[in-house]
Amino acid sequence: MIDVAVQKRLGDFTLDAQFAAPDGITAIFGRSGSGKTSLINVVAGLLQPDAGHVRIDGTDLTQVPVRRRRIGYVFQDARLFPHLSVAQNLAYGGTHDREAVIDMLGLGALLDRRPAKLSGGETSRVALGRALMSNPQLLLMDEPLAALDTPRKAEVMGYLERLRDRSQVPILYVSHDMSEVARLSRTLVIMDAGRVVRAGPVAEVLSDPQAVPLVGVRDAGAVLTGRVQAFDADDELTQVALSSATLTLPGRLGPVGAQVRLRVPAQDVILSTQAPIDISALNVLPCRIATLIEGQGPGVAVSLTCGTDRLLARITRRSARAMGLRVGQEVHAILKATAIAAADVGTGDAP
Amino acid sequence: MTLGLDPATWGAVLLSLRIAAVATLCSLPLAIAVAWLLARKQFWGRGLLNGLVHLPLVLPPVVTGYLLLVLFGTQGPIGGWLRDTLGVTLAFRWTGAALAAAIMAFPLVVRAIRLGFEAVDPGLEDAAATLGASRTRIFATVTLPLIGPAVLAGAVLGFAKALGEFGATITFVAAIPGQTQTIPTAIYGLLQVPGSDGAVAVLVTISIVLALGTLALAEALSRRMQRRIRG
Repeated sequence: MIDVAVQKRLGDFTLDAQFAAPDGITAIFGRSGSGKTSLINVVAGLLQPDAGHVRIDGTDLTQVPVRRRRIGYVFQDARLFPHLSVAQNLAYGGTHDREAVIDMLGLGALLDRRPAKLSGGETSRVALGRALMSNPQLLLMDEPLAALDTPRKAEVMGYLERLRDRSQVPILYVSHDMSEVARLSRTLVIMDAGRVVRAGPVAEVLSDPQAVPLVGVRDAGAVLTGRVQAFDADDELTQVALSSATLTLPGRLGPVGAQVRLRVPAQDVILSTQAPIDISALNVLPCRIATLIEGQGPGVAVSLTCGTDRLLARITRRSARAMGLRVGQEVHAILKATAIAAADVGTGDAP
Repeated sequence: MTLGLDPATWGAVLLSLRIAAVATLCSLPLAIAVAWLLARKQFWGRGLLNGLVHLPLVLPPVVTGYLLLVLFGTQGPIGGWLRDTLGVTLAFRWTGAALAAAIMAFPLVVRAIRLGFEAVDPGLEDAAATLGASRTRIFATVTLPLIGPAVLAGAVLGFAKALGEFGATITFVAAIPGQTQTIPTAIYGLLQVPGSDGAVAVLVTISIVLALGTLALAEALSRRMQRRIRG
């Protein structure tokens, strides 16, 4: 359990943030300049707050010097020591669970190398391993994937999912990429202009139409959990069972029986009042409208209950009017299979 | 082994090397400390310290030598105290020559090392702190190794400057053969005597060889250090 309430003036910018989060991965999401990095720098002790507290499991760390906080920090630029080998970098803060960490992050072949000889993905993994081996009680990660190209991102993301599933260390994960957030985190903290504007379980926040303006229209979209039912090798399609229907999605998403997390962007959900026939979209979910929220712009955010799953759709106000949508109405949500990008499909249990 | 040189010339060469080496090694820790203060800390009197360090660079060397004589001479406030309490005399001794050389070289050494400190990413030191390292450990294991090439550059510059120091040295410790006569003061002395062109040529050649040798050694060491840092 982490409990943060801090104020800090930084020139024209004021950080005034508070949130509490359970263990697991907590994503701190926001535009660049919203104060995400300042917030975790305060948590790490690299920035002294003007007022407030940082507590982990009830212990107040506000006055504790950085080196005694036992908070691991994976910096955006990794900050490996250039004059030390990978092995020396890893051991700098301790050798806690050394073999397990090396094995989990696939660092065995890198130990004798210098940081300058590592690829971007390898650098991120070493920085993560170094922080883990210092036996932290909390891990901070500042956009660890931001500097990587797409293939490297996918590679490191796999390791992060392994970390989430194997390690007990709670993590604060700073990101401005919603697909990362949706795949990894259990709790979501949204920041804007130095303040926390929303915090809560990730599935709940992302399916809440009220949160759409906070998340951003493009990034809004619910997170669903499903189970791989079958894989069709000829068409390269995976069947994923949800509570109310089965989705057919491109690519091999995991072994049969595996749990997967899907992020369904709200702007890619089409609503129909009648069961569609003869359309190319493979996925039609019977749903009921839970709420309708009109925003500032031309859009309407529609929250849907489909079995026990919650979905979010964003349509135009004109369509909502023409279709006569109202709360409680039965509708069909149509998902184009390719709307769910590979980066939006993750492994793991319920968010 | 005197390399076929006459004892006076050989003595001057050895003395010069000893003075330059002692001046460089003894002033290096202080230079690192001052460079660190100037590069990293904001404090009252920072400008004053900066000015004081650079003073020997802009003062005429004779003036620096004279001030040393006034302060560190046996009648001077510091020199008198040193003689009475520690039994140490600097004026007209080789140790005094080392002091003069160190002071004259100090601004160059500090400048080089300060640039090194300014080039070190403080983020690496923050990273070390999050990994549990104390300030001392961070300095010893992160900062110092990373400024290694800058320290080396400063030391080489200081050594070369100390080898060639003339004005402050001759003012403070004169040029007593076998005791305080260095290569530059020996050359100057020989130039006053007609018909000593041969001896002058020998010392000039040695000066050039020493200077080039120092540079070559520094270059080789610096490459090795850079390789160690950059991997």
